[in-house]
Amino acid sequence: MTEPEGNSLYARSETIQPRSVRGRFRSWKYLAMVVLLPWWYLAPFLRWDRGLGAPDQAILIDMGGRRAYFLGLEIWPQEVYYLTGILVVAAIVLFLVSALYGRVWCGFLCWQTVYTDLFVQIERMVIGDRTRRLALDRAPWSLDKLARKGAVHLLWILISGACGIAFTLYFGDAPTMLPAILTGRESVAVYGAIAVVGGFCYLLAGFAREQVCLYMCPYSRFQAAMFDEHSLIVGYETWRGEPRGRWRKGQPFEGRGHCIDCGVCVAVCPTGVDIRNGSQLGCIGCGLCIDGCDSMMDRVGLPRGLITWDSIASQAARAQGETPRHRLVRPRTLVYGAILAVALGVIGWSLLGRSTTEMTVLHERALLYVRLSDGSIRNGYVVKILNKVRSERQFTLDIEGLEGVRMSVIGGGPHLKVAPDSVGSFTVFVTAAAGIATGRRVPLVFVLRDQKGGDETRAESLFVGPDR
Amino acid sequence: MASVEKDPVTGRYTTGHEWDGIRELNTPLPRWWILVFWVCVIWSIGYWILMPTWPLLNGYTPGILGYSSRGDLEGEIAAQKTERAVWLNRIESLPAAAVEADPELLTYARAGGRIAFEENCAPCHGIGGVGAFGYPTLADDEWLWGGTIDEIEQTVKFGVRNSNPNTHLSEMPKFGVDGILTPEQIEQVADYVLTVADRAPVASLPGAAIFAENCAVCHGEAGEGNKEIGAPALSNQIWLYASKLGNQTPEIRDAEIRATVIAQVTRPRHGAMPAWSERLGPGTIRMLAVYVHTLGGGR
Repeated sequence: MTEPEGNSLYARSETIQPRSVRGRFRSWKYLAMVVLLPWWYLAPFLRWDRGLGAPDQAILIDMGGRRAYFLGLEIWPQEVYYLTGILVVAAIVLFLVSALYGRVWCGFLCWQTVYTDLFVQIERMVIGDRTRRLALDRAPWSLDKLARKGAVHLLWILISGACGIAFTLYFGDAPTMLPAILTGRESVAVYGAIAVVGGFCYLLAGFAREQVCLYMCPYSRFQAAMFDEHSLIVGYETWRGEPRGRWRKGQPFEGRGHCIDCGVCVAVCPTGVDIRNGSQLGCIGCGLCIDGCDSMMDRVGLPRGLITWDSIASQAARAQGETPRHRLVRPRTLVYGAILAVALGVIGWSLLGRSTTEMTVLHERALLYVRLSDGSIRNGYVVKILNKVRSERQFTLDIEGLEGVRMSVIGGGPHLKVAPDSVGSFTVFVTAAAGIATGRRVPLVFVLRDQKGGDETRAESLFVGPDR
Repeated sequence: MASVEKDPVTGRYTTGHEWDGIRELNTPLPRWWILVFWVCVIWSIGYWILMPTWPLLNGYTPGILGYSSRGDLEGEIAAQKTERAVWLNRIESLPAAAVEADPELLTYARAGGRIAFEENCAPCHGIGGVGAFGYPTLADDEWLWGGTIDEIEQTVKFGVRNSNPNTHLSEMPKFGVDGILTPEQIEQVADYVLTVADRAPVASLPGAAIFAENCAVCHGEAGEGNKEIGAPALSNQIWLYASKLGNQTPEIRDAEIRATVIAQVTRPRHGAMPAWSERLGPGTIRMLAVYVHTLGGGR
């Protein structure tokens, strides 16, 4: 059956085999790879001493113990708003950096970019550069092709598997988990996580590649909204390059553009776009086309910078023969900077004021008050004390706001003992003599004091009495 | 039926079906759909062999794995029981007072007791032991049959006025119905009891003598009650057969108490409670006793 053109919901994608290139931006990409990949794989092994009984892993998300550790910070489940804070800061940093320097994240730092880059380097080492790879793709199956393709996929799978393993190490004690994983002693959940994360690493970096940036990723869609004419982006100097045309050595450049239409910029592009068509969604801003074009300009004997990492405003200025002036401080960057400062300030302020003790008081609901035989009125409360310190603590509980009341604690005298790093729950009864709390709901403040001094925590509640 | 022909516009073939001159293009299913279909068919065959599948006349094919969700549940329940047995054994092996002294056991017993209470006791005594008209409040400090932990456990075990040989038994005479007291005397006693409840008995009232003669033997000279025979204390503000919160004005409250005393003396009502040892295990009963004892009024 012949499928007519334009009637299919599925567009076959051509595999992009980017050519290797040397230059400034290539070096930056190598640097990003050399810093980020070891960091991802080795960070779980960093240690951080938190004292006896506490995990000594610098970065640890302890699901079973319901704690997250980041260096000196220990986050309880109810403090998950710190995660929200981190995400807000990350988003604003992305906005600010995009407005200033373009898609730096996409081009250099994103794991999709870094892993794709690594996988392409492996193909280059095992098979060869672009032309060799394209030739091998076209070639019929042979022992050589099988061996080379097999080696590439084996290496990809090893790296992806290690990626999956590294992911799981953030959720447990890495030095004990790693041998357990390798000797088959870990749980099905761990191997499942490794299979999912590793499988997607293999799939996305090995096969999907630029499709992820073009079709899946939301960031590539909205980053352009952060740009203005002063943002640094990868761009083709149309005024200088056009009209483009083939060039043979020795021909003069009078009356034509400097672009010799050699196609290097397209061949080196990891997403396969032609930057000469202008800034576009597919351009992840990695600058490899700049490296490619610069090396070609050197060979042709023309000045570098036919493709530049520059702002639209500078480009326009140069086209007019004016000196370009790059403006970092603009209303847009000021607003992003201000939002970032506020977000960081709020997080920092709440971290600094983070208490080691928290108390919640819940008034008994099943019976709001009990009338005792001598006519006095008793209220019940559940007092929960969060001890975020790694040692047992003793607290004293007091009441303010109601005079002449008695307080008793079920399962504890005046000293409320709370185990290290846990929540203590106490039933507290408050009794007021007849008449004191009649006909009203009296606000009541529970005051918790650490017996070793220092900490004082307050929680508000009510004392309920009969209407009459 | 028209013959299969090639459509010049799309370059595709027709199915050969024709209705009123309208012919249908043949649009075969995509290859991936066919593949998924066959994979599902193969999967289903494996499923027949491994899992319960076909209904039979009296049952079903269990499959090699013999899986059933009920079996899963039974396994989980058994695992829970083994886990709980450790705690229950400790609770059963210790006296109730010792359970309360151990913070860990106390927490476990109060949590377990609360569940058992809400399931078995709350229908009468209310959630949290709030009580109801005719059903004692368990959160206050007035106890018909004693408020120590052991007395509470005894009451939970054997209940009140039931067929169990160890149950609490007592009966108040029907002073009015049996003609022991006249209606006028009963009203005088009620007036006196109201002063007893305020802990300011007025000995000059005509009811005082009637009280001393007829009531004091069980309820005590000063109306302090007798826990041995479940005779309630009258010298306080807690009344079994009155609204529980006492939110009325003092006049209405007094009228209600007076009416309830008259009704009780004339034709007494008697509450009953099952012997829970006939239904619950000793560990659960101990947890219930601990829970009730720590509701706030335990002695």
